[in-house]
Amino acid sequence: MIEIKNLHAKVDGKDILKGVDLTIRPGEVHAIMGPNGAGKSTLSYVLAGREGYEVTDGSVTYYGKDLLALEPEERAAEGVFLAFQYPVEIPGVANTTFLKTAINAMRKHRGEKELDAMQFLKILREKTKALGMSDDMLKRAVNVGFSGGEKKRNETLQMAILEPKFAILDETDSGLDIDALKIVAEGVNALRSPERSMLVITHYQRLLDYIVPDFVHVLAAGRIVKSGGKELALELEKNGYRDFGVDEAA
Amino acid sequence: MAAQPETIDQVRAVTEQKYKYGFTTDIESDVAPKGLNEDIVRFISAKKNEPEWLLEWRLRAFRVWQTMEEPQWAAVSFPPIDYQDAHYYAAPKQKVGPKSLDEVDPELLATYAKLGIPLREQEILAGVEGSEGKSPSIAVDAVFDSVSVATTFKAKLEEMGIIFCAISEAVQKHPDLVKKYLGSVVPYTDNFYATLNCAVFTDGSFVYIPKGVRCPMELSTYFRINQANTGQFERTLIIADAGSYVSYLEGCTAPQRDENQLHAAVVELVAMDDATIKYSTVQNWYPGNAEGVGGIYNFVTKRGACRGKNSKISWTQVETGSAITWKYPSCILQGDNSVGEFYSVAITNNRQQADTGTKMIHIGKNTRSTIVSKGISAGKAQQTYRGLVKILPKAEGARNHTQCDSLLIGDACGAHTVPYIESRNRSARIEHEATTAKISDDQLFYCRQRGISEEDAVSLIVNGFCKEVLKELPMEFAVEAQKLVGISLEGSVG
Amino acid sequence: MTTTGYSTRGADPTTAPAFLAPLDGQSTAVLPVVAELRAQGRARFAAVGLPTIKNEAWRYTNLRDLAKLAVTTASGDAPIDRLPTVRADGQNGPRLVFVDGRFRADLSTADGLPDGVLLTDFASACQNHSGLIAEHLGRLASAEDRPLVALNSADLTDGVVLRVATGVSVDAPIELVFVSVGRDGATTASHPRALIVLEAGARAVLVEHHVSQGDNATLSNHVAEITVGEGATLHHCKAQRENAASFHLSHIAASVAAGGCYDNFILTIGARLSRNEVVSALNGGDARTHVSGGYMVRGNQHADISTIIDHAQPNGTSREVYKGVIDDSARAAFQGKIIVRPHAQKTDGHQLNRALLLSDSAEIDAKPELEIHADDVKCSHGCTAGELDDAALFYLRARGIDKETARGLLIGAFLSDVLDEIAEAPIREAFQGFVAGWLEEQR
Repeated sequence: MIEIKNLHAKVDGKDILKGVDLTIRPGEVHAIMGPNGAGKSTLSYVLAGREGYEVTDGSVTYYGKDLLALEPEERAAEGVFLAFQYPVEIPGVANTTFLKTAINAMRKHRGEKELDAMQFLKILREKTKALGMSDDMLKRAVNVGFSGGEKKRNETLQMAILEPKFAILDETDSGLDIDALKIVAEGVNALRSPERSMLVITHYQRLLDYIVPDFVHVLAAGRIVKSGGKELALELEKNGYRDFGVDEAA
Repeated sequence: MAAQPETIDQVRAVTEQKYKYGFTTDIESDVAPKGLNEDIVRFISAKKNEPEWLLEWRLRAFRVWQTMEEPQWAAVSFPPIDYQDAHYYAAPKQKVGPKSLDEVDPELLATYAKLGIPLREQEILAGVEGSEGKSPSIAVDAVFDSVSVATTFKAKLEEMGIIFCAISEAVQKHPDLVKKYLGSVVPYTDNFYATLNCAVFTDGSFVYIPKGVRCPMELSTYFRINQANTGQFERTLIIADAGSYVSYLEGCTAPQRDENQLHAAVVELVAMDDATIKYSTVQNWYPGNAEGVGGIYNFVTKRGACRGKNSKISWTQVETGSAITWKYPSCILQGDNSVGEFYSVAITNNRQQADTGTKMIHIGKNTRSTIVSKGISAGKAQQTYRGLVKILPKAEGARNHTQCDSLLIGDACGAHTVPYIESRNRSARIEHEATTAKISDDQLFYCRQRGISEEDAVSLIVNGFCKEVLKELPMEFAVEAQKLVGISLEGSVG
Repeated sequence: MTTTGYSTRGADPTTAPAFLAPLDGQSTAVLPVVAELRAQGRARFAAVGLPTIKNEAWRYTNLRDLAKLAVTTASGDAPIDRLPTVRADGQNGPRLVFVDGRFRADLSTADGLPDGVLLTDFASACQNHSGLIAEHLGRLASAEDRPLVALNSADLTDGVVLRVATGVSVDAPIELVFVSVGRDGATTASHPRALIVLEAGARAVLVEHHVSQGDNATLSNHVAEITVGEGATLHHCKAQRENAASFHLSHIAASVAAGGCYDNFILTIGARLSRNEVVSALNGGDARTHVSGGYMVRGNQHADISTIIDHAQPNGTSREVYKGVIDDSARAAFQGKIIVRPHAQKTDGHQLNRALLLSDSAEIDAKPELEIHADDVKCSHGCTAGELDDAALFYLRARGIDKETARGLLIGAFLSDVLDEIAEAPIREAFQGFVAGWLEEQR
């Protein structure tokens, strides 16, 4: 269970999060919606532990542990996965190498035996096939020369292989056409399970047509201003964020 | 490359074994007195029982050397070397070698342990002990201080007419070949360090691949400086006759010592018509400690001559060690359609300095050269790529492509690129590109979010940066090189 | 190990007296600072003489032929037939004219300049603006490690002084015209100095013309010291079209303050031997510099471009583009160095040199250099050398264009995009004209 309490955070000396409260239980999918600049991406980076995102108040308790005290890689090993809005290119490092390094680093952290090349390849092939990805993408360097859709699919593949307990999907729909969005959403849905929590961050409702959340929250000006069921997303689609003091046209 | 205690034992075992064959047993002194003069040159020559012509050649070199000055142009700095304060000959006694583990620094041992894989030379040297029956993949010549201590798989190679032995042995058994080619690529007047090497070289490897023969295994030399206050001056000569092929690997280690030790080797390669020589180096000499105390001065002259038509010489180097590296493996592209390649990864950390690169001299028609240099600088290290591409007037249709990339880690290091491009043929096409960048925070965070520690992330990203070069290495070297890349950069972030 | 200057290793002091002798008759300096710089320059040049190719900075340019000459001085009062300009016909604008290095008041005018702009010759400035001279002269160009700057300083008699006051913008190009006439049967030498100061927020456009009148051999050895103040911008374009007997040596040292921009373009067409050194130092944060040029040589000409971009402060941007065409037995050298000093983080530096060899005995030597001491930087350089694209040539010929015309078209196309680096349209068009003239002669 993830409990975010009164979370305040600063970026470049500016207050972005001003008291976020949120509880996510295993198996739940929460969506965070909100206008540009509401602090959606900041929340995801704070949870993943990015440098430069300074927590000034509040706490995040993750399965009993103080999440904020952990290094980014420790959080990852504990099962926190961030699907990046803009996945980073790493020239020369093959996707396979990257994934193997990551999975083994996490296994080591958890005191599990590292996978050998054969075991890893077996898992990789299964997951790749399940996601309808080509082997070619695995041989290529991490995200280098990938299209927007390929990058997001690659994030989904990484999620499938690393099997997180808590996945944060940061604007997974950005830059995707409807077909690519469907494929990525199918991949994500296949990973829904009673043990896995998800936090889906999005600006638009359309992603939530495909990844249907249990709860929807509206983040505006650094705070969750409204929470509800999936129907809240539809309401937002109709009325925009105006009700929350934000004029989208501005 | 690094040696674990077992390796040292094995080398000792091999040394003892070798001694059974009467190697230097008739010589009382194992270490020449300190200092450098004509008598020392004569002493070395006498120890090696060399013919008169070779002694004369050494003496000519020595006389020229006395008139020379150390080169000043490289971007490296070090206190003056007292050439009289070193031993120029040291042969391992039967029991010599690091006497015990005590002589090996714990930090170094920890480093080896982190390598986590059975070290290459360990396997190889383990294979030496009566393993001729196993299917060989690598033949190795081990040079310990000044003397070649073991050459494996010699018999197997001899069946094919391949000569692979210590150069001192080649002088005795194949004097005509040695006389014909020694100094034919790097003349004894070439430069300060090479000329010094001509005068005092003690051993090294000799390879001759006969016409049309494809050497069935990697040939390898393992160099180790062990004795304190010893300069190591090995000399390697590789001749690939028409239509032949050979891949040669070179690995280097030295124990940690507080004083600097000089390593001034010369490597000469000759490729005849349609012959190919692939020469790979993983250099991991002791780099000195984090404050820059100790370490090897690696002042090396390596040059290959593509004498024949369609010949090819390919240099691949991974340079992670040494306090100072001064090294420019070069190709003289004389034969029409000949090809020269230089693939280099150089990593400098702490207070290491490296000034390295290549020269591609295009003489023949349609000669082609490729240079890929990846430099990584961290800590307070300074690194320079220095290269020359020279197209002479008759090199019709010559082509060169050069890519030099530098990666800086931390704000106290330096990375410099100094290419010289000289073209005197209009049909020649030369392209040179260089870039400098750092590892981005985005890349680091992405890796860490996937559970990879910062240090491993740096290693991963740097390995990616070096991939074009590392893929040129023979398989087992490549694995080791990748690990080395990570280890060399330890402590450079965070 | 950072060096902006050059060592004087590889120098020949025996060459010094011949070049210093003609300066013996110079008038006494009015200002102590000038007297001092002259003495220092003289002493330094006497000690080192002309650089030789053993000097790393001069490895590709041999002054052997220059060293052999006995130089003398010219009166500078020769009548001048025609003055080059970038202005369209009939226009007049601010311009200083120098003949054989001597200021010609009769041909010069400072009319049409806004208030706050000082444009005058060096001798007058010494009389009337001693404070300006004392503050800026000798501050940027070092005689210590550059023998030819030392020789120029030993003279310090004539030259240009331009100051643009804070916030003043000069729209019209200011033209500097250097005409070399020389003396029959002798080689004359001149050593003009330029002192250019743009105060904070100032803007100016400067155009230099270097031409010969007649066929006499001359040596002109220029030094310019350029201070670009905070947020100031200087566009500086130079066309060197001297005759094939002349030696043209030039050193430009620019210092750019925070937010300032120094923009330099040099077109090299003339001279038997020319060398243009440009040192642009970004000494303030967020400064920019843009140095570029074209060089086209043939016969036995030798052209040398040697640049140093020195990023000394954070967030600097530099862009460098040179293109050259080398024909016959001509030779060109390009040496370009980008330095990023420690703490000059977020530097963005790019350099490109492309050379086209048109004949079997043409030669290009290039040494693009990066010296980086900061980690968060983006720097790159590219360098290519080759001949005209055969496929393109064939394509044009297949469309019925004769070989010579086709070659001319392709060479012109190759050069035209470097001319696009010139921001000011009238200057660009004038320089395009110079290039077209060269191409015309080529045929």
